[in-house]
Amino acid sequence: MRYLPHSEADRAGMLAAIGAKSVDELFAAVPARVLGTFSPDLPDHQPEFAVEAHMRALAGKNRVAGDGPFFVGAGAYRHHVPASVDHLIQRSEWLTAYTPYQPEISQGTLQMLFEFQTQVAHLLGMEVANASMYDGSTATAEAVLMARRITKKDKVILSGGLHPQYRDTVVTYLSGLSGLECLTPSPEGQGDIVDHIDDDTAAIVVQTPDFYGHLRNVSALADAAHARGALLIVVVTEVVSLGLVEAPGALGADIVVADGQSIGNPLTFGGPYVGLLACREKFVRQMPGRLCGETVDAHGRRGFVLTLSTREQHIRREKATSNICTNSGLCALAFSIHLSLLGERGLHRLAKLNHARACALADALAGVPGAEVLNKTFFNEMTLRLPVAAAPLVERLAEKGIIAGLPVSRLEPGKPEVENLLVLAATELTTDADIAALADALKGELA
Amino acid sequence: MSMNTQGRPTAPQAASAAAAGSALLPEEPLLFEIGDHDHSGVDLPDVDVSDDRLGGLRRQSPLDLPGLTEPEAMRHYVRLSRRNYSIDSGMYPLGSCTMKHNPRLNEKMARLAGFADVHPLQPVSTVQGALGVIDELARWLMELTNTVAVAMSPKAGAHGELCGMMAIRAAHDAKGQGHRNIVLVPESAHGTNPATAAFLGYTVKSIDANENGTVDVEAVKAALSDDVAAIMLTNPNTCGLFEPQVIEIAQAVHEAGAYFYCDGANFNAIMGVVRPGDLGIDAMHINLHKTFSTPHGGGGPGAGPVVLSEALAPYAPVPFLRRDGDKLELIEHAGAESFGRLTAFHGQMGMYVRALTYMLSHGADGLAQAARDAVLNANYIKAKLRDVMSAPFNGQPVMHEALFDDTFLKGTGVTTLDFAKAMIDEGFHPMTMYFPLVVHGAMLIEPTESESLQTLDVFIAAMRDLVQDAKAGNVERFTSAPRRAPLSRLDETRAARQPRLKWTPLDNSREAAE
Repeated sequence: MRYLPHSEADRAGMLAAIGAKSVDELFAAVPARVLGTFSPDLPDHQPEFAVEAHMRALAGKNRVAGDGPFFVGAGAYRHHVPASVDHLIQRSEWLTAYTPYQPEISQGTLQMLFEFQTQVAHLLGMEVANASMYDGSTATAEAVLMARRITKKDKVILSGGLHPQYRDTVVTYLSGLSGLECLTPSPEGQGDIVDHIDDDTAAIVVQTPDFYGHLRNVSALADAAHARGALLIVVVTEVVSLGLVEAPGALGADIVVADGQSIGNPLTFGGPYVGLLACREKFVRQMPGRLCGETVDAHGRRGFVLTLSTREQHIRREKATSNICTNSGLCALAFSIHLSLLGERGLHRLAKLNHARACALADALAGVPGAEVLNKTFFNEMTLRLPVAAAPLVERLAEKGIIAGLPVSRLEPGKPEVENLLVLAATELTTDADIAALADALKGELA
Repeated sequence: MSMNTQGRPTAPQAASAAAAGSALLPEEPLLFEIGDHDHSGVDLPDVDVSDDRLGGLRRQSPLDLPGLTEPEAMRHYVRLSRRNYSIDSGMYPLGSCTMKHNPRLNEKMARLAGFADVHPLQPVSTVQGALGVIDELARWLMELTNTVAVAMSPKAGAHGELCGMMAIRAAHDAKGQGHRNIVLVPESAHGTNPATAAFLGYTVKSIDANENGTVDVEAVKAALSDDVAAIMLTNPNTCGLFEPQVIEIAQAVHEAGAYFYCDGANFNAIMGVVRPGDLGIDAMHINLHKTFSTPHGGGGPGAGPVVLSEALAPYAPVPFLRRDGDKLELIEHAGAESFGRLTAFHGQMGMYVRALTYMLSHGADGLAQAARDAVLNANYIKAKLRDVMSAPFNGQPVMHEALFDDTFLKGTGVTTLDFAKAMIDEGFHPMTMYFPLVVHGAMLIEPTESESLQTLDVFIAAMRDLVQDAKAGNVERFTSAPRRAPLSRLDETRAARQPRLKWTPLDNSREAAE
């Protein structure tokens, strides 16, 4: 077996050194009736080429997003990742290191996390960011719990523009707790939250660009929340937008969460991604997750360590701010490298390019008789109202090689008001030919 | 706020001669000290966009993000990487972490466009291969654990704990047992166990270990009542021991109307050898990043699928798969029984591909052999060190990790921490320290199956030499360690008392003035 270094002679010698007759003897504490008394219905070991052929066959059954016109976004975006990013993250020293518990021999990971935290704070316009969460949806749920701890109030209001699966994740995290209010879907970008804020409100949660693509000016919401002692949590699922659109922190957000997938990380059918979580400095001790901080070594040299761990489960156990342990280190590295390559200038250009492609898409869709783009504002994603149900139309177009977008009904079943809605995204990878193919196909279907 | 725009380090640190930027042990400035606003490692057209569709929200606040060209970026991240220890560069015997070899075929497979360039929300009819991976991996996990269901979406071990405990809560609620508000957790448990139980509003009741380092069924029985919802038990436990009364404990827990959550962090010791379902577990998370070799990546991403017994299966979260002939259906919205959704999308596909590749490479025979080799290696280390170090809990065989306490250091002036730091100078990553909490000054060594006999012997020789030196009173070797690492010991108190969690130009000017 190519991954196991011992020869039979090695094993025999080791057993002799231990003073055991067989390895089974080492399992003496296991009740005999459950030890090796089964034969799993699973294949035996295989050569590398056979495994590769098996996996390739599975991969071959998927439609690769880049193999034709493709317009799905909804929280995961198809962007170009520079070749150097994937090369760097496969270096052994990044890929095969553990959580940096021994800082003297983990300065690579720690300095990277310190840089990552700084980049995230700048990007979101916030004072402090942590060393990453699992993804945007779980980061949103953790932010809601954090706001409840800070304000010592229960009520949390989720905007109707929040990604439905983010909403469902928050609902699950808060099951058993009272005070959660989920507003009905707001596909036209209607303001839906201010009237619900009262003195019992811990936080309001607003996504921008929202699930339907609308840009939300959260600054009035921040004022309304703060007037009642509530916090504003802003969710960003498309972080490239921040190269062109104002940072939530500059608009009064108290906690900002995001999914960083768009920068540095491929789609990979939904994971692994990287959750970003940032807040005002005064809330830092209520943050979940790992934090990296600067310090000095015994010789006064600058170095970095994991810090403020008295918030965390391995120290505080049942009194921790969260049960999170592993985060998303390697995805955070990919994010950080890609963002370093982009820099301010590159990110700004990338964001403009995305918006320009989306404008071209919106213009083309406006020319499809019977269809209506609902967005007055957007970054790179928009909602189209069709005269027919969206889901079967998407299936028919998929058979023609066009992945037209996400039918909202897939995430919001049983809601007739969204049945005809399609959410579409464009990125820098969307070509004029892709857009023309989609527009023509839609015209054909709707004729 | 503005950053350095000179493209040069603004405040190179006063480095001691010991490690200052030699060619093979480079120091590296921060990104913010080498990059600037005018550099970029991507070539993109500069298109004009109007404000018409931006709703007055064009960014006004500074981005303040430094850029690097590709050669600069390569150098920055390669130089930084050299300041990391890794499993590929040496033995990484961190107990409870299972730092085994990460096969590169797994990486290659995860990067196939048919996996990497597939969107979670493209039509289900176009992702049958992705669902096939999940289905096949699920089958392996259920077969290896003798369970009937598996929730695939949890993103890490702690997320899996949340999943299992939510299923338990949902099951109690469904049976009108929602009043049960206590979860039993042995004191040797990982910190995530009590944190998870508390997260869900349970009161944590600690169970003491017996003098053998395991849990007595009588102690469990004494703690059980009509208010107990579950026990969270790690098996093999964090002392590296198989719980000999685990079956009786499961029976007692079930008789009391409670459920058995098993922390599967140590599944590597028994995969293919013992099936947890045969022990009576109701839920167990499996850390794909431990047992099934998906890389740890400096702290994730992980994946923590949870296998479930028949009693808990109805309450599994969405999404899950259903087979309809040759076709796989993805169930994204469940009926009232499912406790809900733990994350957007469908979980850690990139990790599933790697774990399945690993399983197929090993096969059932190879997985069992890996578990047996892991146990053999741990016992070999224990056998070769027990005469000079102190192993608690008598001489019983261990599973995949060997636990020592600090009795052998008594009177030497050397602590567990000092000893661990001295291992760095000998070329090894330290073992897990001060965990589990049930023994004093714990040192938990998990070699995994990946280490050759030759490496084990070098490690053992180094440990014996350290022990001899500690006992001989050469305290300096320990208290000044590490001396051959890029940095000496770091001031963690200062980091916590004056948190500096991001780079600011102010920090630099202050340091320059110092």
